[in-house]
Amino acid sequence: MLKLYDREFTSRLLVGSALYPSPAIMQGAIRASGAEIVTVSLRRESAGGKTGDAFWSLIRELGVTVLPNTAGCRSVREAVTTAKLARELFATSWIKLEVIADNDTLQPDVVGLVEAADILIKDGFDVFPYCTEDLSVALRLVDAGCKVVMPWAAPIGSAKGIINPDALKLLRDRLPDITLVVDAGLGAPSHAAQALELGYDAVLLNTAIAKAADPIAMATAFRGGVEAGRAAYQAGLMEARDFASPSTPVVGTPFWHAVS
Amino acid sequence: MYQSSIPQRGHLPVAPRGESPVSVIGAGIAGAWQALLFAQAGHPVTLHERSDQAMMLSTSHWAGGMLAPYCESEVAEPIISRLGLRALDLWRRELPDTPFNGSLVVAHARDRGDFERFAKRTSGHRRLDARGLAELEPSLEGRFRDALFFADEGHVEPRRVLPKLHERIVAAGGTIKFNSEPGPDDIEGIVIDCRGLSARDTQSELRGVKGELILIETDEVKLARPVRLIHPRWPLYVIPREDNLFMLGATSIEAEDTGVSVRSALELLGAAYAVHPAFAEARIVEFGSGLRPAFPDNLPRICIANNRISVNGLYRHGFLIAPTLAELTLAYVDQGRIDNEVMQCV
Repeated sequence: MLKLYDREFTSRLLVGSALYPSPAIMQGAIRASGAEIVTVSLRRESAGGKTGDAFWSLIRELGVTVLPNTAGCRSVREAVTTAKLARELFATSWIKLEVIADNDTLQPDVVGLVEAADILIKDGFDVFPYCTEDLSVALRLVDAGCKVVMPWAAPIGSAKGIINPDALKLLRDRLPDITLVVDAGLGAPSHAAQALELGYDAVLLNTAIAKAADPIAMATAFRGGVEAGRAAYQAGLMEARDFASPSTPVVGTPFWHAVS
Repeated sequence: MYQSSIPQRGHLPVAPRGESPVSVIGAGIAGAWQALLFAQAGHPVTLHERSDQAMMLSTSHWAGGMLAPYCESEVAEPIISRLGLRALDLWRRELPDTPFNGSLVVAHARDRGDFERFAKRTSGHRRLDARGLAELEPSLEGRFRDALFFADEGHVEPRRVLPKLHERIVAAGGTIKFNSEPGPDDIEGIVIDCRGLSARDTQSELRGVKGELILIETDEVKLARPVRLIHPRWPLYVIPREDNLFMLGATSIEAEDTGVSVRSALELLGAAYAVHPAFAEARIVEFGSGLRPAFPDNLPRICIANNRISVNGLYRHGFLIAPTLAELTLAYVDQGRIDNEVMQCV
């Protein structure tokens, strides 16, 4: 089971609710993904929380757990204010915390992130911080009280997949008791599978599904990728090695085959 | 020729022309086209509109007026392209001076990936290099390395074209009542409900999707056709209007409030500036926003319950598809033809 603070879930795929061609397609894609948790952006899509009831009710109809996020916030104060607004609007202590440093890369402001996480956790929030793959930042977030840490695979919406697998492996090794979610930058189901193969507990994505030519089919594909990756991790992956290792014994192989 | 209407056995014409009065509620783009085609077909038509002649309460007043079925196919379902392509013929037929200068799609260097994706997912365009672009739009010389040119697309200026359509309705024998807001059940005869978001009393699935726009004025940039700038979330256009005006629009936000947010204004003005830096010196004439009526699938519906017909959910495609929806409604009333893709019979 995927453990997120005091709750448990079956699905290891978390999806966003932005950028779909229509709410009906969004609903179809979320259902097809099997996701039990859906992120909603308060700022980017909804004019400061004034989103129409009609749109929220389409999300509520899905019966999913809503994870509000502070997407688009550029300062600690802005992120904290948005988190409080989200808590009122959605009656949840959960918050996906984003503090953005740079307009072009949408890179997290990791210094502000740690500060905002500290403030929010003291205020009773369950914080899901969106961070880089930097170990020292992850350790600070855990020190602040985060039980979930969400490093990026690559910049938001870039579809590049995991660009620094060694750092993500290190995070997994050093934070065995923390729920780790790869958030942002995934473009293909194979990227999601890779994250789960590395031992990550879940992945969170939006653009790769919403902007696909067929979002519902892509959601199904990602669901398969996540399930395959998790199953492979549990089955125990073999380590890569430098030279060929025959899968059938060579002893007894006729020499004209063994020496080619 | 658009032909998805198949005569169904057992369906009789609802009202052979002239026998029953037809009331259209809502004189925005959906209702205006309904009233026009019904009046031309010989029905006694009354068009009711809650606004005065300025049409300030109508979503159409705030529309971009793009007739861009090829560009829209990037995200819209194929039905939108089909309705839109037929509508281009109807626009040409009824208003022959509608400009069909095509439209251009350009991208900032950083949005290159999205530009290529757009090119792959749309048809009806050819690629221009920087020189080709400069020949077509001299103002854009040196601005972009390449562009997509959709030669067959057009655009109308909603605030000029609506009064023209209203004039033609009257010329065809129809009556228009402004400041008139009857409920669909208050009227005898055939009622075509084109009230947009106000029809929520009978269609609870409707929601409003906010679109924001800015009108600016400058004589430093000349454009003969709309320019669409690739944006990660919204189709943003710089649309040339008469009198040195340009419309920048539109955002698409799942909210039902009014007004323009600073964030949206920055994005819209930023888009204009990215198309041409001279827009920085333009004068801001107006900020505005409208609520587009949409069903959850963002597709239009013609709902038929006896002689009550509602035409709604045109979303961001009102000017593009309204003529075809009117043609389909008329074919149903006069000939009993059902279009299975957009019609629902209760």
